[in-house]
Amino acid sequence: MSGDRKDPFSRGEEFLQLFSRGAEFTKELLVENERLRANLAGLEQEQTDASKTPEEWDKYREELQSRLQDLEEECESVRMRLHQVEEENQQFAARYLEVEEENNNLANLYVASYQLHSTLDLDEVLKVIVEIVINLVGAEVFAVYLLDGDSGELDVAVSEGAESSEFPSCSKPGGIMAKSLETAEPLCGDPTQPPNLAEPIVCIPLIVQDRPIGLIGIFALLQQKDGFSALDHELFSVMGGHASTALFAARLYSQSERKLNTIQGFIDLLTK
Amino acid sequence: MDRKRILIVEDSPTMRQLLVFALRRMKDVDIVEAQDGMDGLRKVSSDHFDLALIDINMPVMDGLKLISLIRGEESLRSIPIVVITTEGAKEDRERALSLGANEYLTKPIQANHVLTVVKSLLKGEAPA
Repeated sequence: MSGDRKDPFSRGEEFLQLFSRGAEFTKELLVENERLRANLAGLEQEQTDASKTPEEWDKYREELQSRLQDLEEECESVRMRLHQVEEENQQFAARYLEVEEENNNLANLYVASYQLHSTLDLDEVLKVIVEIVINLVGAEVFAVYLLDGDSGELDVAVSEGAESSEFPSCSKPGGIMAKSLETAEPLCGDPTQPPNLAEPIVCIPLIVQDRPIGLIGIFALLQQKDGFSALDHELFSVMGGHASTALFAARLYSQSERKLNTIQGFIDLLTK
Repeated sequence: MDRKRILIVEDSPTMRQLLVFALRRMKDVDIVEAQDGMDGLRKVSSDHFDLALIDINMPVMDGLKLISLIRGEESLRSIPIVVITTEGAKEDRERALSLGANEYLTKPIQANHVLTVVKSLLKGEAPA
């Protein structure tokens, strides 16, 4: 074998390289062909468009204008709906706050009535009334008067913020006290007036079946409380209704207990 | 979220019931009630609490004494304390805060406000 002749492996390698280059060149040609085809399609479309008649252009413009108007109307409608949704959202937020406040108020009223009817002991009922007037209403000076069945006078049963003797006598109540007993409605004066033990700023008559059994007189509020809210007025009504029946029931229960004990004593005496 | 334990120390059953009503609107909360300062001290010492609501005027032991005892005890020192009281004077507020109360609310309470304060303190934030 002569020296200038290459071996079959080298020749095969060269052929393979030549073939690979040929394949790459073919691929490039195909890509270029595709690009030219796309260009041609674009040019053909431009040519088609350019060949439209003025009437066709007018029609096309009208179509576009109509579409634009539709889109603008749709946009306006969406904008209006968004505005409505925002308004509704605000209304819902305000309503949520109202419901939450109502919920809180109802909780206060529920607790007040629940506690008032949780016992049949007269002292306990009076204690609950005191707790409600201090904690829920926010009163500093007040008295709970009960009607003495024999004398027909209103006596101070329990008081806070001043001695019982300092509160006005109620043998013949006058002013706001007399008026509230007469109308059977809680009455409020001006809470910003300086405390005056002669005249309460709030009077809550305690009435059962049209008969007065007592009265709650508030003479001064806690210093952090500067007025009455809607809840306070609701509480005054609840106190007027529920405190009256709770006090009435406790008195009846206490009387029946006493009578029962007396009868039991007689029975024991007779049977022994 | 872990369940949070809240202690209410208040002598008035009416106020306790109202506070329980308000706090039950929060999820994952266990509420324990104590009827005076001594009862509160017993309960806070024997169990874990994440927050305490304390009244000031109470029989047996008042709220201010209870706050100072809680803040004096290493293991209880970090419990956030909210005072709920009828005492609205500035000096009462300053005294309670200087003893270690985190927040001072006056009666009559607004349930929403109590909830906002409690939620902030449970998250470790200062109430707004």
